[in-house]
Amino acid sequence: MRKAVAAVAVVAASTVAALAGNNGQDFAQIERGRYLAAAGDCAGCHTAVGGADFAGGMAIETPFGKVVAANITPDRETGIGAWSDDDFVRALTEGVARDGTHLYPAMPYPYYTKVSRGDVLAIRAYLTTVPAVHNPVTSDQLPFPLNQRADMAVWNKLYFHSGEYRPVAGKSAVWNRGGYLVEGLMHCGACHTPKNTAGGDYLDRPLKGYALQGWFAPDISGDTRRGIGSWSADDLVTYLKTGHNRFAAATGPMADVVAKSSSKLTDADLRDVATYLKDQPGLEGEEEAAQASPVDAGNSQMQAGAAIYTDECSACHTPKGTGVLNLFPSLAGAPSVQSADPTSLIRVVLGGTRSVATDQAPTGPAMPAFAWLLDDRRAAAVLTYIRNSWGNAAAAVTAAQVQSERADLAKRTE
Amino acid sequence: MARKLPRKDVAIIGLGWTGSILAYELAQEGLDIVAVERGPWRDTATDFPVAYVPDELRYRIRHELFLRPAQVSVTFRNKEGQEALPVRDWGAFMLGNGAGGAGVHWNAETWRFLPSDFTLRSHLTQRYGAAFLPPDTTIQDWGVTFDELEPHYDRFEYLCGTSGAAGNLKGVIQPGGNPFEGPRSQPYPTPPQKQNFGHALFAKAAADMGYKPFPQPSGNLSQAYTNPLGVELGPCTYCGYCEWFGCANYSKASPQTTILPALLRKDNFTARTECEVTRINLDKGGTHATGVTFVDSSGQEWEQPAELVILCGFQLWNVQLLMLSGIGRIYDPNTGEGQIGRNFTHQVMSTAIGFFDKNQYVFNPFIASGAIGMCIDEFNGDNFDHGPHGFIGGGYIGQVQTNGRPIEMIEALPAGTPSWGAKWKQAVKDNYLSTIYSGGACHGSCYSYRQNRLDLDPTYKDRFGRPLVRMTIDFPDNELKMSAFLTDRYAEILKAMGAKEIVKKPRKGPYDVTQYQTSHLCGGAIMGANPKDSALNRYLQSWDVPNLFVMGATAFPQNAGYNPTGTVGALAFWSASAIRRQYLKKPGPLVDA
Amino acid sequence: MARPKRRDVLGAMALALAGSPLRGHAAIIHGALPWSTDQTQPPQSIKPGGWQFFTADEASAVEALVDRLIPPDPETPGGKDAGCAVYIDRQLAGPYGRDDGLYNSGPFREGTKEQGPQSPLRPAAHYRKALAALDDHCRKAHGGKRFVELGDDDKDAVIAGLENGSIALGGKQGSFFKQLLKDTQQGFFADPIYGGNKDMAAWKMIGFPGARYDYRDWIDRHNERFPLPPVGIADHPDWKDG
Repeated sequence: MRKAVAAVAVVAASTVAALAGNNGQDFAQIERGRYLAAAGDCAGCHTAVGGADFAGGMAIETPFGKVVAANITPDRETGIGAWSDDDFVRALTEGVARDGTHLYPAMPYPYYTKVSRGDVLAIRAYLTTVPAVHNPVTSDQLPFPLNQRADMAVWNKLYFHSGEYRPVAGKSAVWNRGGYLVEGLMHCGACHTPKNTAGGDYLDRPLKGYALQGWFAPDISGDTRRGIGSWSADDLVTYLKTGHNRFAAATGPMADVVAKSSSKLTDADLRDVATYLKDQPGLEGEEEAAQASPVDAGNSQMQAGAAIYTDECSACHTPKGTGVLNLFPSLAGAPSVQSADPTSLIRVVLGGTRSVATDQAPTGPAMPAFAWLLDDRRAAAVLTYIRNSWGNAAAAVTAAQVQSERADLAKRTE
Repeated sequence: MARKLPRKDVAIIGLGWTGSILAYELAQEGLDIVAVERGPWRDTATDFPVAYVPDELRYRIRHELFLRPAQVSVTFRNKEGQEALPVRDWGAFMLGNGAGGAGVHWNAETWRFLPSDFTLRSHLTQRYGAAFLPPDTTIQDWGVTFDELEPHYDRFEYLCGTSGAAGNLKGVIQPGGNPFEGPRSQPYPTPPQKQNFGHALFAKAAADMGYKPFPQPSGNLSQAYTNPLGVELGPCTYCGYCEWFGCANYSKASPQTTILPALLRKDNFTARTECEVTRINLDKGGTHATGVTFVDSSGQEWEQPAELVILCGFQLWNVQLLMLSGIGRIYDPNTGEGQIGRNFTHQVMSTAIGFFDKNQYVFNPFIASGAIGMCIDEFNGDNFDHGPHGFIGGGYIGQVQTNGRPIEMIEALPAGTPSWGAKWKQAVKDNYLSTIYSGGACHGSCYSYRQNRLDLDPTYKDRFGRPLVRMTIDFPDNELKMSAFLTDRYAEILKAMGAKEIVKKPRKGPYDVTQYQTSHLCGGAIMGANPKDSALNRYLQSWDVPNLFVMGATAFPQNAGYNPTGTVGALAFWSASAIRRQYLKKPGPLVDA
Repeated sequence: MARPKRRDVLGAMALALAGSPLRGHAAIIHGALPWSTDQTQPPQSIKPGGWQFFTADEASAVEALVDRLIPPDPETPGGKDAGCAVYIDRQLAGPYGRDDGLYNSGPFREGTKEQGPQSPLRPAAHYRKALAALDDHCRKAHGGKRFVELGDDDKDAVIAGLENGSIALGGKQGSFFKQLLKDTQQGFFADPIYGGNKDMAAWKMIGFPGARYDYRDWIDRHNERFPLPPVGIADHPDWKDG
């Protein structure tokens, strides 16, 4: 009891100290910076599991190797305490560190470049208030020649397009606010936009889905089958706020994004994001012909899949694939189930997963692992069944795809 | 050498139902809390997945989820003078282990006790006179009334999402519910579960006989539910793997499915698993707890200082820890002095097996849930005039068949069936689908007696070298008469249902530690109005050590004719409320001794 | 007050933990529900092939015994073909055969029936001793024949003798019969993953659908026979590979 009282006193004292230490910096600016840092999910990379806030040390997996996030606390020696505001702005918007070296685009400066200087400075103001932590970080662990940071100058010439977000004429203020967040701080495309072999975005296929870190970040365009076109704006807001809606549960890397970032945004901002995303054109015209009709329910893979589904899946996801709201995602009509790339589905079936828990939806229900029970052919069969039942239609999953994902999963430690 | 940990506001011993409830309630106050749990962390997808949880051998027969007797057991004897021997494998009751405690493996039958159960001695004395009570009975009033507990029953039911039909809403009797229940402030949070054929047949026969059948209140939910903590439960799928098993689809109320997700979001809460508390530490005067000592799975001993200690283990282990920590005095049946170990009770279960014509009846007993069933309450507590019968107590009667798991079901065969061979095989084949076999059909009360008690065994030790608890218990005539009476009433209903043959199984003495009854062991550190006849005050606070609270059925002065978990949950909320509203403002005794 | 000294406690504990199946991993759980993909503990299917605990002679005796306890009939195999002897063999070779996890500390004293079994004899050793004694008995009583060599009627008479105690095998009266009968019936009706109930024959015999988990569509269909065949944890005849 005594301790609880004492703890409150300590918190109060440190808040006062922080404010005083900022030489009268605008409290409102700091709070705005806190909010924007959440929108940018800075903690998602710069706070290691079990580590101090923003003290770095989290290894970020890229197709080229691991990049370790920097210490961005105000520590002068190992953090960014010695940086000027301009240094900070240049790092965020140009991908160049204070010492002139190039950052890797694992730091999403190709997106942050779209953020206004005012917003960047607010984030800076907020970061000056977090406790300084002495934590030296060796940030890149890439193999040669990728560890040659000078190469990034070439990369930037090819794939980096500097400059603040420019509102699109003819679109509403709501749409443009959504675009500013999606294309800028929220850097959705960093995972959801397909990339070329050099890691540059395919600008003609924005937000159409991309496989990374053993997951497939699904299409989040307005595509009605694979994207979020069939979701209402409310569905999307609910998903980003709580991690769950009637179609989906956030899991894998998206669980972290919801927990640390999108769940902290205002409903108004999330609604703007929804408006923007739902208006992004899908791939309907391009690939629809190939996948519009489901795999024949009479084929042997579908029949085996149906039997497996009955025995192992229906007790949670229900016999008709409709799921239970906020607990077991609906498989019927779910875009992620019908993704062109089944990586996430295979991974979830083999390894199981826990969905995100948020204040609004604290349950964090988990799906058990089936790798021990379902061999490659059986896992492929049940996934093919799920992707082609109850109105769903998507390419069959092959045993080879499952085999490859099983091998990848075995190497992972998380 | 014990290593000392930083002080906590609260140390909770055991993370089952009551530990989870107390942790959550006190975490709301901003207190820094640690819960020390003997068993492992357990959760739905990792420990009880659909793909392998329906395994009768592993979970029902080999007891995978339970505490292992090698960790700690008890010794048992029927009477003074007999040598107690260790329980080498569990039989009469099952002891939970790990996060969620018995809340993981229970059937989820979520009852309230009757108002008169809480004032039992004064009520019976007033109605029948003191001479009507059995000699040597030590039944008592609880020190808390039904009306005081009602809001807390309500909180537990809304936490769990209990599926049921109200029988008495604010004093108005409701059709379809239990007309004998105490007045409830609001309906059950979810409607009753559906009933399978056998249960529906029971309800019809009972109604035809003039009884008022009602669905058993169930923590296996009839529909998806979001509880007040925001935690979601799913709908039950009637798989018939509830008791002894963890639930694979989030549809059975347990700490895992109702509290732990919300509790783990609190930064001021920490759980330590596979750490066993070996002692509650006291100051020199012996009147103030200074914390707990526990041993982790590597053998390292730790001292955890704490301002407030809450003992939330299973009844037996709460009593053992009190005794080993030197809190209170061990009860002496000869002098009646000492409070720790007295009023030890269990449950008096009985049944009758109904065999039906296999050409006319297909019961599909495997389509069930742990708390499915239709019940009548005409013969519970003091709902009927005991005068002509010469016993006190009673129980609910019901067709509450929780499963059709075959290793269990093959116990139910017509009289005269050989135990093996071709005739046995044929009888198993002929009767499986057409037999009504409800292990808990007559859920009898178990009242307290001078001689039924717990103390420490002089010979047998646990793995830490600590003396085992010694159970001395037998069923007095009163309990056996009651059991025979209930069994006869149940058998009459089976007959009305159309059974062609009925085998009655009334409870017979002596108490047998190998025959499963229920896991409802009660008493040993009971609550009451004054320290002369109780170990805990009405708020479950130790009379001797006021910064120690003891949860669970340990506090029941005697057991009623219902499953105890609803009352255990209500008492936990009641106690938590007293701690939050009164104790934290002014730490010290909440009732003057 | 019986309060053991801490030194005693720790000494006893170190012993208890060394090589104990109870050894676990203490954990601190804080901040979020834990998750790990490799945490599931699925059952191990029994290894096919030769006997793991029984000698060839013991195995033939047990096969003969289980086939009389559960004789074959035209629709359903007996204990032998259902795999009950294999089940018992694998159980005895594992933790069950050693009474792992049970309270195995002495002293061992004879108690009342209500106090439960008190024998220091573990199931594996019990079988070994009793099976040897069984063949000894049969050789003496049946002109040098082992149990497996007897005709069905003689076998049944021996089993009846074990059940009623007229034939003693050295242990507590009837104790081996009880043990064997329990193990046989449990093996017959347990999931086939453990070696008995081959092809789910026992479940088919009684109409039990096995390890199914969703009967929502059936709870309201009273007095109708459930139409689907059983499934086991690893037995799914419908999962023909696609």
